[in-house]
Formats: sequence, C-alpha cells, structure tokens
Amino acid sequence: MYTILSNERISEGIYLMTVEGQFQARMGQFYMLRAWNQAPVLSRPISICNMEKDCIQFLYKIAGEGTRLFALLRAGDSIQLEGPFGNGFPDVQGRTALVGGGIGIAPLLYTAKQLDNPDIYLGFRGQSYMTEAYEPYANELIVRVNGNLLYDLDMKKYDNVLVCGPLGMMKAAALMAEGLDTKVYVSFEKRMACGIGACYVCSVMNKNGNRKVCADGPVFLAEEVEWHAELSL
Amino acid sequence: MRNLACNVAGIPFNNPIVMASGTFGFGQEYAKLYDINKLGGISCKGLTLHPRKGNPGARVWETAGGMLNSVGLENPGIDAFLEDEMKFWETIEPVKIANLGGSNIEEYVLGALKITKDAEERRKQNQRAVDMIELNISCPNVKEGGMAFGVKTAVAREVIREVRQVTSLPLAVKLSPNAENIVDMAVMCEGEGAECVSLINTFSGMKIDIYQRRSVFHNMYAGLSGPSIKPIALRMVHQVAQQVTIPVMGMGGIASASDVIEFIMAGAEVVQVGTYNFMNLRAGEELLAGIRSFMELENIQSLDEIRGIIQ
Repeated sequence: MYTILSNERISEGIYLMTVEGQFQARMGQFYMLRAWNQAPVLSRPISICNMEKDCIQFLYKIAGEGTRLFALLRAGDSIQLEGPFGNGFPDVQGRTALVGGGIGIAPLLYTAKQLDNPDIYLGFRGQSYMTEAYEPYANELIVRVNGNLLYDLDMKKYDNVLVCGPLGMMKAAALMAEGLDTKVYVSFEKRMACGIGACYVCSVMNKNGNRKVCADGPVFLAEEVEWHAELSL
Repeated sequence: MRNLACNVAGIPFNNPIVMASGTFGFGQEYAKLYDINKLGGISCKGLTLHPRKGNPGARVWETAGGMLNSVGLENPGIDAFLEDEMKFWETIEPVKIANLGGSNIEEYVLGALKITKDAEERRKQNQRAVDMIELNISCPNVKEGGMAFGVKTAVAREVIREVRQVTSLPLAVKLSPNAENIVDMAVMCEGEGAECVSLINTFSGMKIDIYQRRSVFHNMYAGLSGPSIKPIALRMVHQVAQQVTIPVMGMGGIASASDVIEFIMAGAEVVQVGTYNFMNLRAGEELLAGIRSFMELENIQSLDEIRGIIQ
C-alpha cells in the first residue's frame, strides 16, 4: 500500500496522481494500480508519467469504472501498486523525437527526462494539458490541438521516433517511416488481466506471432506490428 | 502447526491451494513476486497437441464481479511445453498438473501419451515430472472441441475412456458448468476411472458493444469467471461431492480464504484459484495465511475436520 500525495484534475477527464515512495523503473514501463478490494475485479495498467526521488506520478484519463474510482481518490488515501512491468522504451541513440497523442503523452515525460533533449510532439483534441511539464526536457516542443500532429513531423530528420497515442496515429507513423532508416517504436495500450505475462489476454499480432503487450511490450518496433490485424478488429 | 495437507489420487499436496489453468501460466511470472513453492499445486496453461495462436480480437472484458475471457487456448503446444516449460517445472515443488485440451479425440489421446511418456522417463531419472493430467473438456472458447466434449455426458465418456487407456498418470477431468447435467457428468467420470473431477470451468457468456452493434468477442461468446460465479460454483461442487467418491477440486470465483473454506466444507479436497490471481498477484501467499488464521481461530488441526461437513 502506498499513500497518495495528490490527485489533481488537470483537464476535462484528465488527472495527475502523485504517489509517495521510492521507485525504480525504466521509461515506458507501467504499474498495475488498484484502489479497491473486490470490485472492479481487475487492476488497471497505468504507465509511468514521471518519477522523482520520493514519488511517482501517473497521468490518466477517465475511461471506465476503474479510472473513475481513481479520480475520486484524495491526498492521504491508499493505493496498491504492483510493478514496474513491461519492457519500456529502448535506450535509443541519435536524433530522437517523442510523439504523443492525447493521454498517450503520459509515458513520454519520464522518457524525455531520460533522453538527451529530444524533440517532443504533443497532439490533443479539444484542449492541451501538461505541455509545460515537457518543455524543460525538449529541444523543440510542438503542440497541436485538433489537427494531425504527424503533419508536423519530418520522419527523416530522426534516427528514432517513440510514439504513444491512438492506434491509427501509431500506424500512420509506422507507414511514414517505411523506406527510411528511422526506427519507430510504438507503445500499446490493451485491456489486461494479470499484467505480468501469464494470462494471454492482451495479445497483439506481430510479424513473428502473438506478443503480450504487458510482458513483451508495451513498446514494440512499429515495423514488426501486424497493423491490419489490430485495426480491423 | 496446523495441518493443511491434502491428497488427490495418492498425490500429496502440501495445502489445498492449486492455481487454476490459464491464470497462472506455468508459474514463472508469479515466482518473481512470491515464493510459489508454498503452493499446493499448479495447473498449467491449457495445452494442446499442436501450438495454438488463440483467438483474434478482444480477449477480455470486465463484468460486474467478474470477467469474460476469450483467449482460445493460445499455447506453445505439448512438445514445446515438455522441452521448455518443464525446465522450470523441474525446479519447483508444487504438484504439477498438465491441463490438456484438444479438438478431437485423437488429439487428446496423442497429447496424453506424450505427457505420460515424458513423465515416466523423468521419474526413472528421479526428476520432477508432471504429476497429473487435468483433462479440459470444458473450454468455451474454442470453436471445435473444448466444451463441445463437456456438454453431453455420452460424448465426454468417449474422450475420457480413450485417454484413460493411454495414461498411467492420475486423471482429473475438468467439468463445465455448461454441461447438461454436471452431476451425471461427474458420476460418469468416476465410472470411467478418472481419479478426480475439477469444477467448474467458466460459464459461457456474452458482451455486446451497443454502438458497434456486435459482440465484443470475435467468437461471439466468452467464458465468465470471478467472484460473481462463486455461489453457483459452490452449489455445483456441493452437489457433485455428494455423488462421487473420488476427490473434487473445487473452483469458481474464489477470492478469499473464507471462500476456500466454504469449498472445503462443501466437499472439495483441494481448491483451484483462477481470476483471483489477477485481483491479487500474491493470491497464493495471502490465501494460505488466511486459511491458517481461520484454523487457529476455530481451533482446527486438520482440514479433514471440516471437509464435506455440509451434507
């Protein structure tokens, strides 16, 4: 059990939870969060948004019952955390861009802090949020609201592009990099049960067969993902 | 020290906590979180003769007090299991149960043969090996086989009879709550020489996306598990335990030590824990501690004192 230091609403349906404790995790990994006993049955996989010496932060969007319950938590309340789980983003070298769409910006803050001043592209519908937190770690920060963020991205400028956002956006980034030397890494979100690789409910189709988002991912090389299988379902 | 020991078909279990097939993999992932050698047993991810990719599309949906799953028996196949996963299983103490599925009788028989031969060879070399086969005739998530064998008693009888002839390992049959008559099914299993019945597998269920106007599952239906099914599971275990003399592995929605005690009072020799592993990644440890404290509180020396006391 950990103690919540704060849980602020920072935009419509978007919250930032700060939990006290010393954590060690890689950029792009996630924790399974739980703030209830029996219902809902499943814990919720939430990526690491930020870590400081004495706390960890989770940026989340209310998307269902679990996140709705998270949003009701107050400073001083308890929360269970298991993790960190997943592979996280690789230690990339060279010119790097981080691309986040909507709540997909969440894992990119801690990632930006680990990398050497990447360019950061953040896209939103309706209104932007949290962008000021990314600014200190960005070589260049590009924010776009209600447009196609990928129009702003010149793939060939980069050796690596790390993307987290809607499936369609991640696929589009994968297509843009075809034929280029740019490596695109995408961070997936799937409904999970165990979060540790035992139950096989969060599979994603990959050119080499099924992969578990929780244990083999959530980060995959975009060129290895069978996008048609993911988007047709 | 309280005695939690149990026994199924001559195989000693250190305690009644067995991890249910499909929720615990082969145990390696959970072994990073707690000492799984404390467990009574592990029933592995459902195995089939050939590797299976499982079902496309959504595989899980949370429900009120439970979850639907439609994994579709994704597994590496028996050869890969014996080659790879057994390396880990050789190193752990809990009773090792190989959960075996199939699309037709031949696949069940060939699968059972391979598992049995491997276990016999390992035993000769004094290695740990599979202790028991749990025949899965109750998976609702595969189009052919699986539950198709577990609904009608006459159909199930054929599979069990054939597999019984080719394995020297104790045979447990995992029963479906979707069976036409689960008590008849269990009685038949005993008659065909099964040493154990385990019940219940998941209920066939459904979830519709009302905006997309379709089932969220590619296979239309999926298997319901979790606390919401516990009262029905408990009733079925009780009914079956009244009618068979072979041990019953009871399961269905167990999510606390008191749930475990209920199943044992209903007549289960051991229990299996499934969905609760997702609710609490350290479920095994916590349940064992809870059972011990209940036994202390009620001054129970051995689980035999309470097993099947609800008549």
